[in-house]
Amino acid sequence: MTSLEFHLPALQVAVPLLLAPVVVLLRPRGLAWAAATVTSLMAFAIAVAMTQGILDGEVYRYAMGGWEAPYGIGLRVDRFSALVLLLVTGASSLGLLAGKQSIDRSIETQRQPLFYAAWLLVVAGLAGILVSADAFNIFVFMEISSLASYVVVAGGTDRRALPAVFKYLIMGTIGATFYLIGVGLIYMMTGTLNLADMAMRIHEVSEQRPILVAAGFITVGLALKAAVFPLHVWLPNAYTYAPHAVSAFLAACATKVSLYVLLRFDFVVFQPNLLGHDFQFAAFLMPLAVLAILVGSTVAMFESNIKRLLGYSSVAQIGYIMLGASLVSLTGLSASLLHIFNHALAKGTLFLAVMALAMRFGQLDLASLGGAARRMPWTMSAFVVGALSLIGVPGTAGFISKWYLVTAAFAEGPLGYFLIAVIVVGSLMAVVYSWRIVEATWFAPEVQANPVTAETTIGEAPMAMLAVVWLAALTNIYFGLFTALPRALAEGAAGALIAGVP
Amino acid sequence: MSPDSLILAALIVPLAGAVLIGLAGRFSPNLREAVTLVTAGLLIFVVWSLLPTVYDGGRPSAQLAEVLPGIDIAFRVEPLGMMFAALASGLWLVNSIYSIGYMRGNQEKKQTRFYVLFAVSLAATMGIAFSANLFTLFLFYEALTLSTYPLVSHKGDAATVKSARVYLGILISASIGLLLPAIIWTYSVAGTGDFRMGGILEGVIEGPAVGLLLGLFVFGAAKAAVMPVHRWLPAAMVAPTPVSALLHAVAVVKAGVFTITKVIVYIFGVDFLFSEPSSSWLFYAACFTIIAASVVALRQQNLKRLLAYSTIAQLSYVVMAAAILKPLAEVGAAIHMLAHAFGKITLFFAAGAIYTASKKTELAQLRGIGRRMPITMTAFTIGALSMIGVPPTGGFVSKWYILAGAFQADNYIALATIIASTALNAAYFLPIVYVVWFEKDATPPGKEHGEAPFAAVLALALTAALTIAFFVYSAPAYELESQLVRAAS
Repeated sequence: MTSLEFHLPALQVAVPLLLAPVVVLLRPRGLAWAAATVTSLMAFAIAVAMTQGILDGEVYRYAMGGWEAPYGIGLRVDRFSALVLLLVTGASSLGLLAGKQSIDRSIETQRQPLFYAAWLLVVAGLAGILVSADAFNIFVFMEISSLASYVVVAGGTDRRALPAVFKYLIMGTIGATFYLIGVGLIYMMTGTLNLADMAMRIHEVSEQRPILVAAGFITVGLALKAAVFPLHVWLPNAYTYAPHAVSAFLAACATKVSLYVLLRFDFVVFQPNLLGHDFQFAAFLMPLAVLAILVGSTVAMFESNIKRLLGYSSVAQIGYIMLGASLVSLTGLSASLLHIFNHALAKGTLFLAVMALAMRFGQLDLASLGGAARRMPWTMSAFVVGALSLIGVPGTAGFISKWYLVTAAFAEGPLGYFLIAVIVVGSLMAVVYSWRIVEATWFAPEVQANPVTAETTIGEAPMAMLAVVWLAALTNIYFGLFTALPRALAEGAAGALIAGVP
Repeated sequence: MSPDSLILAALIVPLAGAVLIGLAGRFSPNLREAVTLVTAGLLIFVVWSLLPTVYDGGRPSAQLAEVLPGIDIAFRVEPLGMMFAALASGLWLVNSIYSIGYMRGNQEKKQTRFYVLFAVSLAATMGIAFSANLFTLFLFYEALTLSTYPLVSHKGDAATVKSARVYLGILISASIGLLLPAIIWTYSVAGTGDFRMGGILEGVIEGPAVGLLLGLFVFGAAKAAVMPVHRWLPAAMVAPTPVSALLHAVAVVKAGVFTITKVIVYIFGVDFLFSEPSSSWLFYAACFTIIAASVVALRQQNLKRLLAYSTIAQLSYVVMAAAILKPLAEVGAAIHMLAHAFGKITLFFAAGAIYTASKKTELAQLRGIGRRMPITMTAFTIGALSMIGVPPTGGFVSKWYILAGAFQADNYIALATIIASTALNAAYFLPIVYVVWFEKDATPPGKEHGEAPFAAVLALALTAALTIAFFVYSAPAYELESQLVRAAS
């Protein structure tokens, strides 16, 4: 391992964290954007490099400042973290690459450097969560990413974002506090914050009840941040009123990172040590997952704002992720991790397409988008690819994770058949709500929308934006056909997570 | 090139052609059309080079990617797919010649997009024809739907968009709601979706489930237009006529019946399905569609809609023949795909030529048009005779095999259906033939017109000649397709 390679886990966080303040100082128009984009692409390159290394058998462990755990801050990157790191840095890069014009329109020029700095802090925070090996640093980075994401969500000119972000802030803070209470309880009982140490020491603890309470606090706290039904109420509005580029970035990866912590904590720390906790975990989350799929999809079927519709669809898709995990089996967990990856591809594409759509249409209500696709066929074709992936049509990434999920459920016997029925019904509901958008944009008669610009004829989105939207759409197809990379990461990660479960 | 790499070439040639057509379209229409013709010619060369190998019993194959363990994107050329690919690629060249005459003659807009999407549709068709398993078939089946949608909505006005919506709505919802569950069901019980001689489902599924699964396949493959999932086909007639001719008389609709035939022969297995009474409904559904669609055709006033309903009936001939579940009938099903294609594309070419020359679309306007457009209407007459099944046309040959298959199975309902539908076909085609040749000219004074542009006339003369040639010389097709059932029977 070269020395640069050795430092990659630290650089993953340090690059965006240290460049964020620099970006604030870049006043000339466009420079802040360029710097933020380059930084984000660098972070993506680091994630790719580490993924490559992990697949070649490297293990990334890092002690900040040379102070070894348990005294120093330990960093650790494995397949699971690499999988989510790719999403975070990739979604951020695509959001920035495509989003310049959209951000120019929704954020005043003089505030843009601050906005881009906050964006980089979100990246740094999320990446920090993913590389941290100890529970308290996870909390710290969680706070960094949350505070910064409140800023970027509320950063636009849409005043309705303010109440939405206030709700997001309150719920997020409650979630983080719950998490911290849980971590505190465990620290009190075990004297360590390192996840791996905790896993080893808990079963030496004489009194298990505080640990059980900690498990409750941590699960609920993280479920809040991950928008697991019924703790999802902050999500749809936050996505709807955020600047479009931010929606694309956060919808693809923000909740996934909280799910990462939830799954990692539960499978590494609690399930190996608490008797019967795997059952508690399944019994608690499975009903919620089923409800999330059914309720989220139902609401999406009747929602009329595209972004909110997609937000409720995310609630349902988080349900699929939890459903796979709640099976507590290798295939189930692989399905869950694959769906984290594949849903990010689909939802990222959809929100990017919506951003392109919003360049030409001020209102994102279905009623005011009549015939939009006939004016913007390329944008909406990319949207259709994303929608097919969301539904889970073969040939797209979405199919792969649904297939794993169905296979995992199939192995569970009668309960599994019920779950398969839920998955099928959920997918058909996805067909319905996707079709509503297709119907409105392709087939409905044209309405005289208020063009955002003064242009009288509404045409395609800007070329650069369109190229990125299509790049995202094509990843859905690529990873629907050539599945080796996500499968290797997800199956390897699932195997490592489930190894400790009795 | 080895046969295996020829398969991939058959996919790449039209796709590369599509890109080049798009580029050439920026420079000059003539260059663009030249690229289309060269691509079509090259595709014929590639696909037809596979014929001798398959004819001699070879089964070239190629694998593109393993998507999931047990689920591949793979290709394997067998007689049915070989015939389908040879047919579609061959007619694409003729159709491209015709398109040049038609699109220029009618001064259609967005011609570059038209030719590009046509090439993409052909690539999807090749993928369907050569697919080695259900998964691959499904991918290209969906690609064909999506790539033909903009061709159907080519005109872009309100009425066209409404029809295109029916087209996309029925095809997509049937394939995702019915065909996909059928495929997943097959994979989960059989562990594979490979097309294998003798089928893969015997012993793993039984009783009413067989009939249900067959139903999911048949109605899921809505491109076969078995009633009640047929409504997309008349709706698709809003497309420019070359699209109706090649795609909605040959490539798209044949993809549907091809899927059904392949599922019957290679997934269920003919013998297994014959022994399972719950599958017998398909035969009756097909018979019903044949009669009902013919009756509806009888009442049509618009020429293209009449042809569409005739197509629905003729497609169900293939389904019915396949559902007789006897070797000769399966061969008849395959041959009918071929024979119907030659006849029906000729009819559509003629309809388009009439429109180009005179803007006439309704039956009532066609009185005496034979004297103005003698070549077109001669071709039309030959096509119509082939639909009825009169010698010396190709339609007679395939009906012969289907009838022979019906006798093999002592299936007199099939016999009755064929007789009744022949009578109905005659009842809606012969009056048109009579009217165009023997009644007084209906063209208002001052609207003089002759034949359509030369390219269009050349194309329809070619396909009319093929219709007759197929009557005279169909032995190779029979030889090839009898390999379908030789090992099984």
